[in-house]
Amino acid sequence: MTWLSVVVQGMLLGGIFAMAAAGLSLVFGVMRIANLAHGDLMILGGYVASVTAAHYGVPVPLTIVVSMVAVGALGYLVQRSMLDRAMGLGELAPMLVTFGISVVIPNVLVQVFSNDAQPLSVGSLGTASIHVGGDLSIGWFPLITLLAAVAVLTVLQLFLHRTQPGRIVRATADDRAVVRLMGVDNRRVYALTTVIAFGTVALAGVLYTMRQGGVTPYEGQLTVLFAFETVIIGGLGSLWGTLAGGMVLGVAQSVGAQISPDLPLLAGHVVFLLVLVFRPQGMFGRSVLA
Amino acid sequence: MSTPLLAVQSVDAGYGDFQALFGIDVEVAEGELLALVGANGAGKSTLLRTIAGSLKPSRGTVRYAGEDVTGAPDIQRARKGIGLVPEGRRLFPSLTVQENLQVGAATGRQGPWDLAKVYETLPLVADRRARKAARLSGGEQQAVAIGRALMGNPRLLLLDEVSLGLAPLVVDQLYTALPGIRAEGTTVVLVEQDLGRTFAVADRIACVLEGRIVLTGPAADLTREQVTAAYFGTGAHTEAISP
Repeated sequence: MTWLSVVVQGMLLGGIFAMAAAGLSLVFGVMRIANLAHGDLMILGGYVASVTAAHYGVPVPLTIVVSMVAVGALGYLVQRSMLDRAMGLGELAPMLVTFGISVVIPNVLVQVFSNDAQPLSVGSLGTASIHVGGDLSIGWFPLITLLAAVAVLTVLQLFLHRTQPGRIVRATADDRAVVRLMGVDNRRVYALTTVIAFGTVALAGVLYTMRQGGVTPYEGQLTVLFAFETVIIGGLGSLWGTLAGGMVLGVAQSVGAQISPDLPLLAGHVVFLLVLVFRPQGMFGRSVLA
Repeated sequence: MSTPLLAVQSVDAGYGDFQALFGIDVEVAEGELLALVGANGAGKSTLLRTIAGSLKPSRGTVRYAGEDVTGAPDIQRARKGIGLVPEGRRLFPSLTVQENLQVGAATGRQGPWDLAKVYETLPLVADRRARKAARLSGGEQQAVAIGRALMGNPRLLLLDEVSLGLAPLVVDQLYTALPGIRAEGTTVVLVEQDLGRTFAVADRIACVLEGRIVLTGPAADLTREQVTAAYFGTGAHTEAISP
């Protein structure tokens, strides 16, 4: 494989990271909650798809919708029953709630489904590829995941900037007390934000599971790191930065893997640390407003 | 006499252990402009926050349009038509001017105010519609804050410290919008430090001193000397009320 090919594969991988990170960035931007359970929710999304396909005979493409709806609904419940209350208690309480969720999810998954991987196959689509030229081929499935990521980020961007509910979400991120003076219930905005975040991370989780061919309970501990690294490399508050962040992380991992099979994770973490040291606001981060 | 649009009755309010308002009684008739006058820390902003529902009074009632709204949260009061331009303007800094105004319309109330009318009434805002609110001058910010409240089509508009920290010329420009706002029948309660301006615009004036209303009356019946005395708490009037 040539280096060009390695870079392209990394960029395709980055789409999933970007999709996973978008919800993390949104929740942090609007509610100032660092959602430590984000990676586990991603894995949960994969499980929902895998289990509904294997045990309930749901067609594989349809499992994406099932998973997004199920995890999105869970987001509503978590926000209304726990996070709203925790947000009233201080800055740290909501983060501890998400930490609790990140402990509960994998342990429940182990209890119910054991440590074995739950398979989710996309059939021949998983191996089909387009030959671009030379020894560069692009897999159909990775390409679809990247296009899906771009689509999700575009829709999110349009929602936030071109619609009234989107504007209200951004206004709430700026000043949650003042939107109330405009008759906006900030808790409903939080619920909407969490549903969007959980729904998109479920989508990322299903695509991740399809790409890997299956999913295991503890993978969330790794994916949450990827999501955080993506947000920080790209910069908070910029969805295109998130996409770029995901691609940088994907390329770093892909290049690392090319050098040595032990290296992909380390290479990703090193790039993340370099960004943190030399450009802490991220590649596209806006300066924080007073 | 018809019932007043706003009636604040025996209200005590404060922040934690600190009590800022003591037995406040104020009435505002529909269409009237009431000016609150008083020194810094007298409790004017606290009173506006209590009327808007951002702050719950520890005692007393707030009645609006004949209804007891003491227990209603700020969200509901905004939807009922109480619009507050908060102290310090509090714009959404990452949103553009136009977006700030559009969010103001979230009260869902119908009425005369829309983007076109706000731009017409507040020319300071019109040229800046695509600019981020964080990058506006103080006067422009204040104009946007007023426009944002108007977009919610309030029946009662509460204006906190309109001219604080602004050049007199800019304040003049802001005040030219006031007749247009009142022409729509909007009732206004405003906090203003400049007595000359207060007398020029107010129907009635209420002086707040250390959390109590010490003097209130039609602007036409009050003299500057009376108001100044009440402002500093030096007048005979004040001594007669305070124990």
